[in-house]
Formats: sequence, C-alpha cells, structure tokens
Amino acid sequence: MSEITPDLVRHLAGLARILVTDEEVEKMTSQLSLIVDSVATVNKAVAGDIPATSHPIPMANVFREDVIEPSLSQAEALSGAPDSADGRFRVHAILDEE
Amino acid sequence: MAKDELMNYEQALAQFEVVIGLEVHVELNTKTKMFCGCKNEFGNEPNTNVCPICIGLPGSLPAVNKRAVESSISIGLALGCQIAPTGRFARKNYFYPDLAKNFQTSQYDEPIAFEGALEVEVPSGNKFNVLIERAHMEEDAGKLTHVGGATGRIQGAEYSLVDYNRAGVPLVEIVTKPVFGAGAEAPELAAAYVRSIRDIVRALNVSDARMERGNVRCDANVSLRPHGSEKLGTRTETKNVNSLRSIERAVRYEIQRQAAILAKGGSIIQETRHWHEDRGITSSGRPKSDADDYRYFPEPDLVPVQPSIEWIESLRAALPENPAERRRRLAADWGFSELEFRDVVNAGLLDQIEETVAAGAKPQSARKWWGGELARVANAEDKDVTELSITPAQVAELASLVEGGKINDRLAREVLTYVLAGEGSPAEVVAARGLEVVSDDGALIAAIDAALASQPDVLDAIREGRMQAAGAVIGAVMKAMKGSADAARVRELLIEKANA
Repeated sequence: MSEITPDLVRHLAGLARILVTDEEVEKMTSQLSLIVDSVATVNKAVAGDIPATSHPIPMANVFREDVIEPSLSQAEALSGAPDSADGRFRVHAILDEE
Repeated sequence: MAKDELMNYEQALAQFEVVIGLEVHVELNTKTKMFCGCKNEFGNEPNTNVCPICIGLPGSLPAVNKRAVESSISIGLALGCQIAPTGRFARKNYFYPDLAKNFQTSQYDEPIAFEGALEVEVPSGNKFNVLIERAHMEEDAGKLTHVGGATGRIQGAEYSLVDYNRAGVPLVEIVTKPVFGAGAEAPELAAAYVRSIRDIVRALNVSDARMERGNVRCDANVSLRPHGSEKLGTRTETKNVNSLRSIERAVRYEIQRQAAILAKGGSIIQETRHWHEDRGITSSGRPKSDADDYRYFPEPDLVPVQPSIEWIESLRAALPENPAERRRRLAADWGFSELEFRDVVNAGLLDQIEETVAAGAKPQSARKWWGGELARVANAEDKDVTELSITPAQVAELASLVEGGKINDRLAREVLTYVLAGEGSPAEVVAARGLEVVSDDGALIAAIDAALASQPDVLDAIREGRMQAAGAVIGAVMKAMKGSADAARVRELLIEKANA
C-alpha cells in the first residue's frame, strides 16, 4: 500500500494552490493511493539495474542559434489573459512572497 | 514588523563559528532567451519580448540556445569546474505567477559544471579558497509589480502585474559549498566572492554583470554553530541582496540576529529572509520549501546536452586571463600603492589604464586621468567611464603632451573637454585651438613686468629668499594669460630678474 495520507493530500493541494474540502481530501486520499499503487506495479516489471528513462530516443545536443526571432505584440500576448492592466498580466496578489 | 534582537558582533564571533554559503545568479548577455528567439533585452515595454514558449502557451516547444550553453561552460571552466559529459534539464514545479508555465526549466541532479574552486581576496589581504559545488543553467522569471496597499508592500497589495520580458532569460546559478573559517571576515568574504564572480563573467563577456540591473544577484546562506561543533547549524537564506555593500551588511546582520537567538537557547527557523536596504535589516519570508516540494523531473521536451571534449577544449582555449592573476600582474607592473590600486579596481579602470599604459603613458599619469578628471566627467553625466568618447590612446597622447611641457594640467583639462566633444585627438585640439602653454619669454616677461608694476616689493622679497612671494606674481601672470602660461618658466624668469 502507498503512504498517501490526508495530510499529504492537503500539502499537495497547497503546493498547487487548490482549496480542498475535508470531503474532497478523503476522496482524493483513496483515489491517489490507488493510482500510486497501480503505477508501482511497473516496478515489478523492471530490474533494479535499469536506469530510469527520461528520453526514449537516443538523441542529444539539439540547439538553436542565438538569433532573434519575432515576438508577439503586447496586445497579442495579453489577448488570452483573464485580466490585464498597463500592458501587463493582472493576477491576484499572493501573500507569501515579496 | 518586530524588531530583531542583535548580539554585539565581536561577542557573536567569540561564541559562534560562522558558516556561509552563496548562490549567485548570473544573467547571460545572449541576444535571445534560453529556450526561444525572443530578445534578451532590459528596459523594453512590458510583454513585448514574449512568445508562446516563454509565456507557456499550450503546445509550444522550447529549444536550447547554443550560445547560452557555451557561456555556461565557459563560466564553469573559469571557476575550475569539471564539465558534465552529459546533462539534462529538469522541471522545477511551483505555482507562482512569475512564470506562466507553472514550472521553471532548470537543472537538478545533472548540472553542466561541478566541483570547482575560486580564490577570493578580502580587503585585509587575506585569501580564501571558496569551493564551488555546481553551476547550472536555468531560466529567469518574469517581473511582478505589486499594486495597492498603503505601503507598497506585498502584505497590503490588492493585485499584482506581471511582465514576462525577463521570463526565459538565460541564467547560470553558481552554488558554493559551505565556507568555513572566515570568522569576522565572513561578510567581507561574501561580498568579495560576488565581486570576483562579477569580474569573471565580465572578463568572459558572457554577462553585462550590472548588479543594479539584477544581472548578478546573490542569495546569502548564513548559519552559526558553537566553536568546535561538527554539526552545521540551521541556515537562513537571505534574498534580494543586490549590491556588494548590502551583501556584506546582510551577512553581518544575520550573524548578529542568529547569535542573539541561539545564545538565549532558541532555535533558528530554516527560512528565506528578505534584505531591506533602506532599514538595514532582514525580515522573515516564506519557510523554505523542501526540494521534494518542487517535484523535479527530467524535462521531456528537451534532449540531453552532451558537450564534446573538442567543444569544451576550444572554449577553454578562449578563456581570458584569470582576473585575480591579472590583478597581481598589473599591481606588480604599475607600482601603485595598495590604496591606489584598490581604488582603480573598485572603479573598474583596469582595462582603461592597461591600454593607456600600452599606448605609452606612465602608469601614474594613466591612473591620474582615468581616476580623476574622466571619472568626474563620467559621474557628472551618469555614465560609465568606458562610455566616454575618448580612447586610451588619446589619454596617452594627452599625458605625453603634459609631460613634454606642451600643455599644463589646466589646459589639459580644457583639451579633454574638446576631445570628449568630438573635436579630435588631444594634439589636434591643441593645434586647432592654440592651447599650447606660452613659454615664449618675450610674452612672459611683458606679463611679469605688468604684474610687478602693482607689486614692486616682490623682487626684494625673492632676493631675501622669501620665495612664497613669487606666487602672487605667477598667479597674476597666469590670470593675465588665461592660464596658458608655463608656470615653471615664469618662476625662472622672475628669479633671474630678481638676481639680475
């Protein structure tokens, strides 16, 4: 069994800036446990000496030259923003950083 | 904000050993961003150097800037690091609007450079070998402006505005190992280390390295432990220290603050602290997240970077002289006093003076012009001295005109004004404007006679050996000739006249 606890779920929700109710915490604790346990079965299929794979295709050193390409206009950049002011994206004030 | 209790600095050092660790972020001066072709430029209209990649729109794919990788390798090599034969980028996940992607593309367990060392000299002349743990590539975040609230501080802010022009600008983060043994000089060492990094990246020409623009930023970790203790104390990480002076002050403040807490049996909270330059204090920020909370994982959209030996060695061959070695060489060559040399280094005049000396000037004259009149003009015009429109060769020419007696210091300053205004080289200005000193005896004698007419006693005074009396006549002659008289010749002529 995985070690997904209600406190861990609350912690993860906090990192993701999501408000969760006690009911939701309970539901997600069991659901996340199930997911993690299911994924863990993959471990049974691979031996310990096989390194974790991040890139299945053996390829390296794909670079871009340092050449300027056109950017979006300010209006284009802001066109999908829920809110903007003074040419900038407007977001809720977040209290824990300066 | 509650006022922190501070322990007297000497007392704190008597009770505790100081351990520091420094994280320096260097913004690279590539033309474009780390993962997209948007301009890497300071001071543009907000959100004009942005594209789907750097504002994290769905479906966009990053591509690594080759020049940024080269700059990162050069920094690693200059710090004596090993370069990783293979390295990956990683996603550092966090939800904060300074990056729109909800993660920062960084490097985690495979930094491009690791295990280096840097010799750092503090003002007392003591030298410390600072061990470098790693240097890794990452991207900068956007700039937030907090709006509303009475004090302009985040606590009272109603909302924030985000400009993503800086998001995706290439950064190299250089992390030291814990630094022991600096004792009372820990604050100076922290500042001197950051200065050394700044000098190196400037010499490499990989960053504009202007601290006031945030091109070089420092986070200072400080912890204390009782003398003789093996275990490291809990550290705090002070952010927002963006000048050499504030680094020194912030480290000193943390030493005093932590000592006061520990001496009372309290414990230090591991946290981020903010430096307030105006009040000279640090204040508590967020509790430091565990690395686990960032849920690092390999960036699936970028393939590994595997620099070849040939690539690394060609970059190594192109490294400039190590700044510390260069300073030692120049200090020995120029023969300045320690104080003079330090002033020159602090004013960033090494290149100018070296080139001026190479063009034939004596080191002391080169120092005098760059560190004196030219520094004054630059300061008055709010420019860097290197931005003035005068070349080291022209300064050398000016110095040689003065040494040859063609012009005096006062005229030289006037000549400088015209050179800076674009009227040509010093010799050309002197010729065009007729600014040579008058050493034609006829003209000088006429002026001396005129001056003596109103001060007839001077000759007697000189005959009696009271040479200071000559000053009044020399002054009058200079005034009459609008400063272009050769003062030494006027003096000689005056003495000849007195003894005739």
